[in-house]
Amino acid sequence: MKIRVTVNGTPYERDVEPRTLLAYFLREQCGLTGTHVGCDSSSCGVCVVVLDGERAVKSCTMFAVMADGHEIMTVEGLADGATLHPLQQAFWDCHGLQCGYCTPGMLMTSVVLLKNNPNPSEHEIREALAGNLCRCTGYQNIVKSVQQAATELSKVPVEA
Amino acid sequence: MFPAAFSYLSAHSIDEALASLLEHGADARVLAGGQSLIPAMRFRLARPGVLVDINPVGELNYLREEGGVLAIGAGARDAALERSAAVAARYHLMSDAAAVVADPVVRQMGTVVGSLCHNDPAGDWGVVALASRAEIVVRGKSGNRVVPIDDFLVDSYTTAVAEGELAVEARFPTPGERTSGSYQKIERKVGDFATAAAAVQFTLRADGTIADAGIAIGAAGPKATRVAAAEALLAGARPSKELFRAAAAEAEKISDPIADTRGDVEFKRAMAGVLVHRGLVATFERLGGGVLA
Repeated sequence: MKIRVTVNGTPYERDVEPRTLLAYFLREQCGLTGTHVGCDSSSCGVCVVVLDGERAVKSCTMFAVMADGHEIMTVEGLADGATLHPLQQAFWDCHGLQCGYCTPGMLMTSVVLLKNNPNPSEHEIREALAGNLCRCTGYQNIVKSVQQAATELSKVPVEA
Repeated sequence: MFPAAFSYLSAHSIDEALASLLEHGADARVLAGGQSLIPAMRFRLARPGVLVDINPVGELNYLREEGGVLAIGAGARDAALERSAAVAARYHLMSDAAAVVADPVVRQMGTVVGSLCHNDPAGDWGVVALASRAEIVVRGKSGNRVVPIDDFLVDSYTTAVAEGELAVEARFPTPGERTSGSYQKIERKVGDFATAAAAVQFTLRADGTIADAGIAIGAAGPKATRVAAAEALLAGARPSKELFRAAAAEAEKISDPIADTRGDVEFKRAMAGVLVHRGLVATFERLGGGVLA
């Protein structure tokens, strides 16, 4: 069936089988391979994308047809041209990744966390990321990265 | 792994969903958050021919206190409960549970009513619903029927929802000022199925005696299980160490878990008792009960 999904602001009209999972739709039919597939069974969180700007969802556990008429943001939608999103910059600065496989999911889960809770405690960050697995970092630097991004994002832009 | 092929129908109103469910009968399944159904389909444990997606049904997406209950529409996500000030203030048992269902990302998609309809033996909401004495509103072509949770949870993965019907709302009675509760769960890691779980709720009357006790355990049999013997012990009694130990022993007695990688039968039965005991003590403390005699 034909669906129309807006991904990172760009509308994609594609023909999908109802059983096509959103993660595979994004990777194979939109060519956006920044969204990774890990456990493929809703346990690891590497496939997290943002639905309608307000919910972090595991795209391996949602059918693409459920996104018909909705907006999806993937990791490709974070940076503004060559300027990294404050979360991406913070992961870079704080060494919040090693192999990088879990990073897109960490970033997209954190986007929604910081939208709902702009100033989370360390405990709240750890709780919010409890559905995202990382096998390299031991999480310490991921938590630091989210803390740095929270600080950056809460700075009020100065009017010129 | 991809699920077997199916036909997809998206519903935009309750009537539209009911029409599709009636037309396709036993071949149709309701798709809400999909956080249990989609993995089950991917592992080919479920193979519905038709999915009726109720996510676009705006009229089902609500959470409201009215007429002495918290009414949870079939579209309400677990995360909505987690963020609700009303739930945090008055529904202590639900508030505990809302923070430990699956993981935080799954909770942004998963629904309370969907979890009750899935009726997994290790699910959280069935246990909480039993202790809270919830009711489920089920709509069919001849209108609504209100089903007490004890009748709703029929067997593993089986509920009282018949072909052509849709569970539209769960109703949790509003606890009074002297009522509190606690949800206790052991899990190996966030997002794993519960090794054991217990839900406790009771009222501490002005004279210091217990009323309206609700005790239930999860991952302890084919479905969430009410510990009626413990409730009977607590009714009208004064809280004491001995009373709470005796109530916990009833949970251990009735627990009927299966052995798996999370533990053997002996361990899981013992944990059912331990968790009921912890829940009773936590509830007593929340009610400002003081030192337990």
